[in-house]
Amino acid sequence: MAKVLIVAEHRDGKLKKSTFELVGASAAAGNETHVALLGEGVADLAKELGTYGANKVHIAQNAALKLYSAEAYTAVLADLAKTISPDVILASHTPTGRDFMPRLARRLEVGLASDCVTLAFEGSGIKVRRPVYSGKATAEVEFLGAGPRLATIRANALGVGKPDAGKSAESITVTANVGDLKSKTLEVVKGASARPDVTEAAIVVSGGRALKSADNFKIIEGLADVLGAAVGASRAAVDAGYRPHRDQVGQTGKVVSPALYIACGISGAIQHLAGMRTSKTIVAINTAPEAPIYQIADYGVVSDLFAIVPLLTEDFKKIKEH
Amino acid sequence: MNIYVCIKQVPDTETKIKLNGDSSGIDTAGIKWILSPYDELAVEEALRLKEKNAGSTVTVISAGPTRVVEAIRTALAMGCDNAIHVEIPENADNNYSAKALAGALKKEAKVDIVFAGKEAIDDGAAQTSQLVAEYFGMPCVTVVLGIEYGASSLKCKREVEGGAFEMVETALPALVAAQKGLNEPRYASLPNIMKAKKKEVKGLKAADVGVSDGDQKIKYKNFQLPPPKAAGKKIAGDPAAQAKELVRALHEEAKVV
Ligand SMILES: Cc1cc2nc3c(=O)[nH]c(=O)nc-3n(C[C@H](O)[C@H](O)[C@H](O)COP(=O)(O)OP(=O)(O)OC[C@H]3O[C@@H](n4cnc5c(N)ncnc54)[C@H](O)[C@@H]3O)c2cc1C
Ligand SMILES: Nc1ncnc2c1ncn2[C@@H]1O[C@H](COP(=O)(O)O)[C@@H](O)[C@H]1O
Repeated sequence: MAKVLIVAEHRDGKLKKSTFELVGASAAAGNETHVALLGEGVADLAKELGTYGANKVHIAQNAALKLYSAEAYTAVLADLAKTISPDVILASHTPTGRDFMPRLARRLEVGLASDCVTLAFEGSGIKVRRPVYSGKATAEVEFLGAGPRLATIRANALGVGKPDAGKSAESITVTANVGDLKSKTLEVVKGASARPDVTEAAIVVSGGRALKSADNFKIIEGLADVLGAAVGASRAAVDAGYRPHRDQVGQTGKVVSPALYIACGISGAIQHLAGMRTSKTIVAINTAPEAPIYQIADYGVVSDLFAIVPLLTEDFKKIKEH
Repeated sequence: MNIYVCIKQVPDTETKIKLNGDSSGIDTAGIKWILSPYDELAVEEALRLKEKNAGSTVTVISAGPTRVVEAIRTALAMGCDNAIHVEIPENADNNYSAKALAGALKKEAKVDIVFAGKEAIDDGAAQTSQLVAEYFGMPCVTVVLGIEYGASSLKCKREVEGGAFEMVETALPALVAAQKGLNEPRYASLPNIMKAKKKEVKGLKAADVGVSDGDQKIKYKNFQLPPPKAAGKKIAGDPAAQAKELVRALHEEAKVV
């Protein structure tokens, strides 16, 4: 059993699913599970953390924590870590978690295993594996020296357990000493899209060069919306201006591991595979039977995407309506 | 301005990764090495800043074994003025590398701004920038795809999830880690490639920058290649039949929808 500290992440007053993955995994392993909840006006979120198995929620509130601040987060978390001396500190490998965890590691003078895709608790430590060379291989991370074990875990890698309304956590108020800040988040400019982010979505529908225009991506969006999925793209589609770079999946884009990845009109270049090969189920839709994408597809559909994608959208709609 | 860029040399994106004999790492034989793609953006941003501020210099720094000097030459050919190579072991971790880079920066007379990539495409760790900034004692903004330069501060557009941005203001000196979209990196011209070959690369050893074995905090071991995938199921028929069968399979077999 380990004493585990998980850094909760929230946006727009809602906790992230990836936080529940971490809390659930720690609790399921029988650990003493602590959560750090930083922000302003966030105390109410502690209840939900309890239902996923958190034992204690340490709530640090300060105006300087209202928007994510790398320096303020690092200062508060370093103080908290010194107070409760956890064996393990975990955060999600999100734009937030990946940003502050290296700084925290430095403050605590320990190493950090970032972007891990497996996590096991062993004694008071952890065993983690992470992709290297953009998923062309994986490696286990050995922590050298003493001190807490720090890791960031890729979203969707662990899966979310079922909350238990009967469970609750103890809330503890923590003083938030943010220190002198040299940088400051002025504002968060919202994205125009209501769709989930490619790195967080449980389902990703991606389109490639074969889409031929930004406008044609509407059929990909149609399928994505029925499935509650994110829209991804190959680099060829991004370079052609069909999609913004933030949707690019691959070695120089996002690395995703959803439960379902549907590749439409994507050939399956090595750099694209690097970004999606850890997806649990892969569907390839391509007119060329010899396209390399079929080598990693669980389901291969040799077909014109313009014919089949609208049909899929209709058929999934029927299932969703049941 | 005294502008610095941290660059890493990584295997080309086309590389087929093979493991070494005892799976303690990869087989580096025959690998073609390149400047990590996000670091090209960092170099480009440094050069553009220099071009806007007469009298500035851009110094490129890389930590690694001797092979990385080749990547340094690429950055020099793009237009960097000076170069520093800190010689550290092949398998140095992010902490060791960052302490070495910060140590080299601390030896410089004045550092106004440091650019790096959002992540290196070999380890994809996204740690080194923040660690360098911590060791040096300066703020750091990561995943930046837009910068407004002020007299003693910067306003950075930082990409977060869901297509949203954080607008982050930071004092200088600061480290900025570049994301695609920040700029379009230039190609090195032939004359610049020739000139870059003759430029001096200042060499530093681990001991010169205060790093030692104890600064290694993690180690990668037991490398594995992704397990070969069992042949997938081909779904035949006309599009309507294919669609029906795929929906059924995803719903009933894979249970993902
Ligand atoms: C340094 C570097 C980094 C890179 N990083 C990335 C990265 O991060 N992500 C990435 O994706 N790529 C990346 N690439 C690019 C990569 O090498 C490929 O060029 C790219 O992935 C190809 O995109 P695509 O599959 O959409 O296009 P193509 O390779 O042109 O494939 C289009 C596919 O669509 C099929 N098709 C055509 N019409 C139809 C139709 N009507 N219905 C169904 N199928 C159809 C074709 O058979 C073909 O297989 C990188 C390259 C380099 C050099
Ligand atoms: N050994 C190194 N030498 C110089 N810069 C580095 C080195 N390692 C990482 N960097 C810089 O830090 C960024 C992030 O790297 P990483 O933490 O490995 O993902 C890279 O894009 C480089 O700009």
